[in-house]
Amino acid sequence: MKKSYTILLLTMLMGINSFVVKAETSNEASNKGVSNVNSFNRLLKKESKTNPPPMEDGIHDADNPGTALLQAPATAFETLDKSKHGNHINWVSSLDAAKIAPRWDRSDPTIQPIVFDLNIIREVKGSMPNVIYPHKAHTEWLDCSNCHPDIFIPQKGANQISMASIMLGEKCGVCHGTVAFPVTTSTCSLCHTQSKGNVQLPRSQASNSQ
Amino acid sequence: MNRLSIRNIKLVSLMTVALLIGIFSTSGSAEYGDVVINNYSDAEGMRPVIFPHWFHRIRYRCKTCHADLGFKLKSGGNDITMAKIIDGQYCGGCHNGEIAWAVENCDICHSGIPGTPTQVHGDTSKPAINKKR
Repeated sequence: MKKSYTILLLTMLMGINSFVVKAETSNEASNKGVSNVNSFNRLLKKESKTNPPPMEDGIHDADNPGTALLQAPATAFETLDKSKHGNHINWVSSLDAAKIAPRWDRSDPTIQPIVFDLNIIREVKGSMPNVIYPHKAHTEWLDCSNCHPDIFIPQKGANQISMASIMLGEKCGVCHGTVAFPVTTSTCSLCHTQSKGNVQLPRSQASNSQ
Repeated sequence: MNRLSIRNIKLVSLMTVALLIGIFSTSGSAEYGDVVINNYSDAEGMRPVIFPHWFHRIRYRCKTCHADLGFKLKSGGNDITMAKIIDGQYCGGCHNGEIAWAVENCDICHSGIPGTPTQVHGDTSKPAINKKR
């Protein structure tokens, strides 16, 4: 009799235990967003909150007196053109629409950049639209020496670029993935803009024989 | 019975620890492009520096810092020290009391959580190769 009571008590305890385990794992999951089982899968990583103020962003020390003096990104971005990636604003269109006026020279606000308007078309494999690289949008921000010749050799056909190298932080990935709009599956079409029309995809041998 | 309940207590306490870690570990949703610079800060007993790219980008084009001031396009790739800043190099190109406020406002830059490694926050190449930057 006594033994059965202990067994009953034990099963109850185990029951409570498993309930606690369940509650905790679900709590953990909601805190971390998606579990880290496949950290390579960038599709599953969701941002919990965009443009958080410094006090709540997880890298600023809330105990530091200076942190309270910092501007919240959302306040600065209020009047700028929105986007769905990176800082969640469109820097290029905001600049074109004169919603921001960043200096080209750090001490003289009157000096204007020499904008170079040349599109480079890079043909890519398969049915993926070709890349049209606009020098214009880039030279509004950057100096030639930022990219040439260290990152891109200024010569036609001299640069081997792959999505793999970009995702590893090379070539376009030096900036696109750290400050400029990031490489995600929703940003493909921002670079791959030149449609190839109706591309006939190669058919398998099995379908050819019919 | 006794041994089992001890195991239960162990389990529960483990779970509690796991739960607490879950609560206190931040998801780290800081602004895209924020750079944590911790080359020397931790060792010198200062909070690491957090450089807000977005804040500077509203005011200056990339060229002013990355061409004129010689900041390399790599987090941790610039050997920045306070001595150099006071000498007018790196941040000191503007943070000199003329273009922007000077170096006496320590805790406006040194505002990171101690121990945060040097990195670009939100770097998409990080999960791909699991590197520390």
